[in-house]
Amino acid sequence: MAGFDKVVNSYAEAMAGLEDNMTVIAGGFGLCGIPEGLIAQMKLMQTKGLTIVSNNCGVDGFGLGILLEDKQIKKMISSYVGENALFEQQLLNGELEVELTPQGTLAEKMRAGGAGIPAFYTATGYGTPVGEGKESREFNGRPYILEESITGDFAIIKAYKADRYGNCIYRHTAQNFNPMAATAGKITIVEVEHIVEPGELEPSQIHTPGIYVDRVIQGSFEKRIERKVVAK
Amino acid sequence: MALSREQIAMRVAQEFQDGDYVNLGIGIPTLAANYVPADIQVMLQSENGLLGMGPNPTEDQLDADMINAGKETVTAVTGASIFNSAESFAMIRGGHVDFTVLGAFEVDVSGNIASWMIPNKLIKGMGGAMDLVAGAKNIIVTMTHADKHGNSKLLQQCTLPLTGVNCITRIITDLAVLEVKNQAFYLSERAPGVSVEEIQAKTAGELVVPEYVPEMQF
Repeated sequence: MAGFDKVVNSYAEAMAGLEDNMTVIAGGFGLCGIPEGLIAQMKLMQTKGLTIVSNNCGVDGFGLGILLEDKQIKKMISSYVGENALFEQQLLNGELEVELTPQGTLAEKMRAGGAGIPAFYTATGYGTPVGEGKESREFNGRPYILEESITGDFAIIKAYKADRYGNCIYRHTAQNFNPMAATAGKITIVEVEHIVEPGELEPSQIHTPGIYVDRVIQGSFEKRIERKVVAK
Repeated sequence: MALSREQIAMRVAQEFQDGDYVNLGIGIPTLAANYVPADIQVMLQSENGLLGMGPNPTEDQLDADMINAGKETVTAVTGASIFNSAESFAMIRGGHVDFTVLGAFEVDVSGNIASWMIPNKLIKGMGGAMDLVAGAKNIIVTMTHADKHGNSKLLQQCTLPLTGVNCITRIITDLAVLEVKNQAFYLSERAPGVSVEEIQAKTAGELVVPEYVPEMQF
């Protein structure tokens, strides 16, 4: 690599440095906008004891769900995990811990983590099990709870296009959690559909500036659809 | 007669005003999109990051990168915008979404709602529901008035773990439209052919009944 060129040529290189018991933040919503190849590489590496921060945990046999097959995940921090039988089984066995987090709070935890903000107040979850044990405070007569931000050892991202410098553009609703996740990793890896040369992306259209990105890899994606519904 | 799911959705759609931004939860709320009056325009927000959600795609339009919060394939309407999850919840938590419509297991006279967790059953997660009830300007709960065993879902105090506190102001059930205020349910409309007595019998929380309760108009 030279200068700002962040392109790596193998998944092994892309995920180099991942170790047992690390925290990995993953972009994606359901199976939409997930870094399929990076997840597959994590399975190949057999890294154990992982804490995964992601809105969902994939489905049986695809997405983050494949990391459950060899019990690589110790803890999931997610808003919704209902699509996965293996997940359910490991949760009931006590082999897997889950920290359910409201979806907006999860996005904000990543955003704040990446922006150097250690915690923030939100009305979401006040008076519910989510607020239990958390500091609360009133502002303008309304109660809020204090939520701590999240950072990860790694962040794994799926983008549509990135230039060699790591500037990224997402496509449609495959954007979702990816931009926040990208800011919150000590090492951020972006798997993309298309790598382009610096200058090919319009600077004002870039969603994730390259400063947040450490490695870029050309991916190949199945882009599986979780719930195909077509107009009658 | 108790309303069908479609009729509840039709009554919900009557609440929308021209120019409203609306978030619809899974189930009956989603059906309300089918009954938006032809003379008004509403923009549907989907919390995974889409403002201006359109109908499901044709086979030709199918695109894995275009889904809604229920993970179903959708399209975007003309004038839609797409953004990240933090932006999406800034709209929700910042009070910019005019209406949110969602289902519930229980609602009580304090405006508390329980909709995500039944102890000793598998907990799948709250998704965006806690953010939506904490943030939207107007929240409408749609549900059946009683569960399948006939137990009221409109309570003096919720028994299940809460989704949000002091946030529900309007409920549309298969039997009635009710406002939540002053620690009571105020009956404002009844389903065609449903008696006040039946609603009274199926409402466990304090119910205030005005002298005249009109039938819903469709």
